[in-house]
Amino acid sequence: MQEIIIATFVVGVVGLLIGAALVAAGKKFYVEADEREAAVRASLPGNNCGGCGYAGCDAVAAAIVNGEAEITVCPVCSSQAVEEIGAIMGVDAGETLRRVALVKCAGTCDKTSPKCSYTGIRDCRAAVLSGLSLWECDYGCLGFGSCVEACAFDAIRVKDGVAFADPEKCTGCGRCAAVCPKQLIELVPADQKLAVRCSNRDRGPEVKKVCSAGCLGCRICEKQCEHGAILVENNLARIDGALCTGCGTCMEKCPVHVISGI
Amino acid sequence: MPIFQKTFRGGVHPADGKEYARNVPYSTYLPKGDLVFPLNQHIGKPARPLVQKGDTVLAGQIIAEADGFVSANIASSCSGKVKGVENRRTVAGTAAPCIVIENDGAYTMAEGVGNETDEASLTGREILDRVKAAGIIGLGGAGFPTHVKLAPKNAEAIRYVIANGAECEPYITCDDQLMRTQAQEIVKGLKIMLRLFPKAEGVVIIEENKPEAIRAMEEACRGEEKVRVQAVRTKYPQGGERAVLSVVAGKHLKLGMLPADVGCVVDNVATVRAIYRAVCKSEPLMERGFTVSGDGVERPCNLMVRIGTSFSEVLQAAGGFRKGADVQKLICGGPMMGLALSSLQVPICKNNNALTVLTLDEAALGEKQKTSCLRCGRCNQVCPLGLTPQMMAQAAERKDYGRYEKKLYGLECIACGSCTYICPAKRPLMQLFKQAKAEIMAAKRK
Repeated sequence: MQEIIIATFVVGVVGLLIGAALVAAGKKFYVEADEREAAVRASLPGNNCGGCGYAGCDAVAAAIVNGEAEITVCPVCSSQAVEEIGAIMGVDAGETLRRVALVKCAGTCDKTSPKCSYTGIRDCRAAVLSGLSLWECDYGCLGFGSCVEACAFDAIRVKDGVAFADPEKCTGCGRCAAVCPKQLIELVPADQKLAVRCSNRDRGPEVKKVCSAGCLGCRICEKQCEHGAILVENNLARIDGALCTGCGTCMEKCPVHVISGI
Repeated sequence: MPIFQKTFRGGVHPADGKEYARNVPYSTYLPKGDLVFPLNQHIGKPARPLVQKGDTVLAGQIIAEADGFVSANIASSCSGKVKGVENRRTVAGTAAPCIVIENDGAYTMAEGVGNETDEASLTGREILDRVKAAGIIGLGGAGFPTHVKLAPKNAEAIRYVIANGAECEPYITCDDQLMRTQAQEIVKGLKIMLRLFPKAEGVVIIEENKPEAIRAMEEACRGEEKVRVQAVRTKYPQGGERAVLSVVAGKHLKLGMLPADVGCVVDNVATVRAIYRAVCKSEPLMERGFTVSGDGVERPCNLMVRIGTSFSEVLQAAGGFRKGADVQKLICGGPMMGLALSSLQVPICKNNNALTVLTLDEAALGEKQKTSCLRCGRCNQVCPLGLTPQMMAQAAERKDYGRYEKKLYGLECIACGSCTYICPAKRPLMQLFKQAKAEIMAAKRK
């Protein structure tokens, strides 16, 4: 009987001591967890696309809660998700602008022609390093699809030698724009109606020689636009999405039909 | 002469194609069209233009000056009028700022060019200044400014000054011809370099497939105490800096080391001759030896060309494309390390040494369809640096650049192409490595 009492006593005392130590350690090493972080993380899309520049959605949630990043940092979030994050953080979300990728080249296989037969690695970045100009036009899309590989949302495809971004699927994360060695991809407001799909900065006659869909820099669109939304710089027209109403006058007047709907 | 010459570890034996032009002596070609001088012909910062549109320049006049320590002057190679400083296509494929000069065809020399000076009357400092003023860069291919190479931290520690005449790249024969015809000037240039390094010995490295050049250089070195010729086994890439060092100094450069760390200075024979002409004849770097070769050329030849001449004009000087030839590939340089050209309307820079024109037979285009890696390990055997191209390729394809750089030392790759040449699966290894290197360097610059 005595052995049982001693054993119970010893175990009881050890238990009490360990309990006390645990309580003390719990107090001393307490990490303040912010439940807002988990909430923000839940509102984020969770693709870990890296479009924001942070290492995945967990990292950007922490950055938002710590105040290192704006609540609009995620380029993929819908305006509803941004509002949710705003509500969690107690910040007014304001107007968010959804952006989509636009490939500024329309030089498909029937518009321009290859200049040499390239047998190397089928990757735009490797092809650019070889120093060859693969197409008659030096500025245009190479069509090997480095952007397709980079897209986490299956929103960009190469068709007839030119990449085309699907504005429905595109989330505007900008990864395709970062990998394109020709810098052909620009993020434009999703509600922009029209765009100039060309990046050739040479003068008109030279452009005409190399591609039948190239912007000549003739300024007809600039003169015709009633809203002042088109500016021709470096022999290349550019539409300002904020001013463009999508009336379509420029599209009709353009002699090479380089302006088209997004 | 020993039966087996010294050599380095690794390497390959490609068909050398030197029979086309090796016995064709130099002829001088004076261009008729405009000359184009890219501002960035060297490693380092682009030069700063000193002339404007409408200026009149003379041959040998400095038209752009070094902008910073690692940079080089550029001299006009003709007389005429400056058409402007504009973006033009260069060999590298991108448009880069260039000075364009309308050639008047007279080649009037600037004042002072060609003045004879006795090198014995100059101090080491003055020699270096003259090399710098002449805008000399490594003419072998890399294009590193020579005045920087000739001023290492500790000149006393340099034991060998090496004139590299290995010329291992297939088809190219301009250094071979230079050594045969200008041996005296090369030896004199080497002696000028030795003035800067009191404890050094001069060595001329020549592959044994150039017996005439070896004989001519040995003849020129006769009676010289500190200069000797060393024949080496014919193997690609013997002309690479590290391969040269392992033969001469008997030392393998550890990763990240420079030749000066093992007491060596290596310069191409053409650079050594340019040093002689800059120091003793006050002649800036205006012309260089250039080989036009391959089975697609009418008259393969070695030409003394003016820097800035367009490739198309040089091809015409060699008779143009051979009649009836099915020309498939144009390469600036040789087939191993050269850059394929998609246009001949680009200028010859200081470090371009050849135009190789290949027909379907020699270029074998389209057949080189890649298959999966067989893990045969031949690339590992031939890599002259002792890298592991097979594993580097895996890492590069997965874009695992951390492993590529830190574990596999991929940035040390000299892009000699031996692995790609030997690969039975026809995998484009060198291109993968070039891309990986470019992307790692771009990420580092950010």
